[in-house]
Amino acid sequence: MAYQDDIELMAHLMRRAGFGAGRDELEARAGKGYEATVEELLHPETQPAADPYTLLRYQPASLLPGGQPPMGNVNWLYYLVNTQRPLEEKMALFWHHVFATGNSKVDNYDQVLEQIQLFREHGMGNYRELLSLLARNPTMIFWLDNQQNHGTAVNENWGRELLELFSLGAGNYTEKDVRECSRAFTGWTFETKIPRAPYGRFPWKFEYRPEDHDDGEKEFLGHKGRFNGEDILDIVVQQPACGKFICRHLYNFFVADEPQVPAWPIESPRDQKAIDTLVGAFRDSKFDVKQVLRVLFNSDFFKNARFQHVKSPAEVVVGTLRFVGDHELPKPGYGELSMNTAYMGQDLLNPPSVEGWHTGKEWINSGSLMARINFMAEKVGDTSAPGVRSIINRLKAKGSLSPDQLVDGCLDLLGPVHVGADTKQQLLSQANEWGQVSWDNGSSEVADQHVGAMLQLIVATREYQFA
Amino acid sequence: MANTDPCVVVLQLTGGNDYINTTIPYNNPLYRDNRPAVGIPDNNIIHLDQTYGIPDYMAPMKKFWDDGKLAILHGVGWKESPRSHFRAMDIWHTCEPIKVGTEGWLGRVAREFDPHKENVVQVVSMGPSLPRALVCPGVPVACVAGPLERYGFLPQVQGNERTAVLDRFAKMYSPALGSGPVMDYLSETAIDSLKGEDIIKVAPLKYTSTVEYPNTPIARKLKGIAQAHCADIGSRIFYCDHSTFDTHAGQNPGHSLLWSAVSQGVEAFWADLREHNHADNVVMLLFSEFGRRVHDNGSGTDHGAGGVAFVLGEKVKGGHYGEMPSMEASKLVQGDLDPNMDFRSVYSTILDKWLGLNPAPIVNGTFEKPAFLN
Repeated sequence: MAYQDDIELMAHLMRRAGFGAGRDELEARAGKGYEATVEELLHPETQPAADPYTLLRYQPASLLPGGQPPMGNVNWLYYLVNTQRPLEEKMALFWHHVFATGNSKVDNYDQVLEQIQLFREHGMGNYRELLSLLARNPTMIFWLDNQQNHGTAVNENWGRELLELFSLGAGNYTEKDVRECSRAFTGWTFETKIPRAPYGRFPWKFEYRPEDHDDGEKEFLGHKGRFNGEDILDIVVQQPACGKFICRHLYNFFVADEPQVPAWPIESPRDQKAIDTLVGAFRDSKFDVKQVLRVLFNSDFFKNARFQHVKSPAEVVVGTLRFVGDHELPKPGYGELSMNTAYMGQDLLNPPSVEGWHTGKEWINSGSLMARINFMAEKVGDTSAPGVRSIINRLKAKGSLSPDQLVDGCLDLLGPVHVGADTKQQLLSQANEWGQVSWDNGSSEVADQHVGAMLQLIVATREYQFA
Repeated sequence: MANTDPCVVVLQLTGGNDYINTTIPYNNPLYRDNRPAVGIPDNNIIHLDQTYGIPDYMAPMKKFWDDGKLAILHGVGWKESPRSHFRAMDIWHTCEPIKVGTEGWLGRVAREFDPHKENVVQVVSMGPSLPRALVCPGVPVACVAGPLERYGFLPQVQGNERTAVLDRFAKMYSPALGSGPVMDYLSETAIDSLKGEDIIKVAPLKYTSTVEYPNTPIARKLKGIAQAHCADIGSRIFYCDHSTFDTHAGQNPGHSLLWSAVSQGVEAFWADLREHNHADNVVMLLFSEFGRRVHDNGSGTDHGAGGVAFVLGEKVKGGHYGEMPSMEASKLVQGDLDPNMDFRSVYSTILDKWLGLNPAPIVNGTFEKPAFLN
């Protein structure tokens, strides 16, 4: 059925480029068309921004959260749940994962949130420019100690991670390159911080100190010259390894789970042709991330990669909250809500190290699996929640449902979700115990509860852990 | 069948517990000099001996001290320790001060004890997250976020329906051929947890006690541990934490509330274990990721280095181990006490003398073992 195919494809797109969508939204978007929807996602500026004042009205401490968890997470959760620019937030999550910067050291949520905002604004722009902004980002400088990188005493932390984790990937440069790269970035620091007492925190500001810069001749990746930071970035983006690294990250995040990054020098991509296609777009567009994403979302390899990605905790939590609804306002309790991704293994704004999180299968352990299933089940079992009611109403409109229809209906409206034969058998077996589900004769509440319970069973399946 | 295997309970004081307001060198003038704002007044200090005292809000610990069941480990930490909570805590958990470790010391212990995963509730963590100290491939951990009775999948489904739903859940997670490695891994994780759930949840049903625990989060966690331990389900490694000890400001009321809760909870816990004749095979470690700065900041203290750890138990040889690093300005590192006992030493004693394991592969090195256990 062509229309059902459209819905399924759109659901896949929205799960990956966003945080999923309910049936109403899927139908509207399918009506617009796939390519048009991709374009809308790639142009967040065409959609209204989330209202910052609503956030502040309920959670004033989230304006300048400082060091106080979970106010930083409260701030981000609000935008994640309310955004009408889902790909913009997804790209912020993407870059937060690649350029992982953690509040455990920065100890300043204001600054980390500012970095997230940077990723929103420039995340789908030019990658070369993004690197430049990153090199000047005082939060990043502090995180990787570049303020301690002096012409007279080189600190290699930023220089190394720039090459290893942010652009080329391990194995594509030598230790000498790390050193020369670090020399080129000497003097890239931030203004002396204004002390916190007595007026509170002031924003950090980039400062270039030429007197601290090593201006000497350098040899970097085969090029010679008196390189400064920008020169390094120019050379780096021209390396074939750079396109491959960034595109593999994009593939891993949006298409299908790759092995963990430390294995990349050893293990080839699961779909080399796909990576090559993306690299071509990256190079031809002169590092325009938007163009790469356009090629990615319109490709066959993307469209055929359904359920090849284990949902990250952010996708589990945000997807569920957006789906069930009624969490748009950051009411009291939002702090605890925002910590749920941490219980599932992803403390947003605080990755365990500059290597970011281990993704894919490694999101799962006994604690996190329970946390995921229990969280989702608690939310979708609430038959008064708008998103759940919306499903109930659609099912109700069919009159009374046989067990088959209940299972198929719930699977369809919750996703559409595909489950294996064994899982389906179990769901049917449960539905058979309830028998016919009907909203007549005063049995409406029981019928509602059966729908809720079926939804709970579905979110508890193994298959539902995938996007 | 009473479990006589040696067990370990770790009570993590998260946030950086202030060493010198916990074990107070009350006769040392440098204490008063450095703590104009947060120094504990003399008549609020309970003397342990002529050198050290504890604040009166830690009063329950005095009995452990007098009975010779409390070992105080001085100056714990390691050289060039970071002042970052999470990095420092990770290092305590993984014994990897340089690289990013992924295996926890207690996860490795669990793997040594039970390499074939015969007991899925061997490791019990009270709290919603999985501390890295317990993480090790193939090691199941029961992460109990609330009361034991409510542990498990889909806690909102109770009563008659629950058995059916969980049965359904178990069937859905049965490994099926050809479903792929990630699906298999999901199955393994879930099935272990389900098995564990059946075992853990009955622990409170078998439990009665005359001991009344205070109504605090840490006491509730300790009670959960006591219930699991007294149920003889083979759990040997228990973990819980209390926070936040990060007393940058308002330290005097703050530290007092924290330690009142901890010490009263610990007192009730041991009374409970003794009532059930289950105290002898338990050793309890209290630690924090670092101590705090010697000089206060006017309202509290900032992150420091050398800290204090406590080990409690019937078989512990109480007393002072190591010595408090000097508070003289010239001997401090960045204003902090210079650690003089590596934290891995503390682990090594517990591993070797209590758990009967070779410490070196677990703590990634050989360290002197302070003699607080035989």
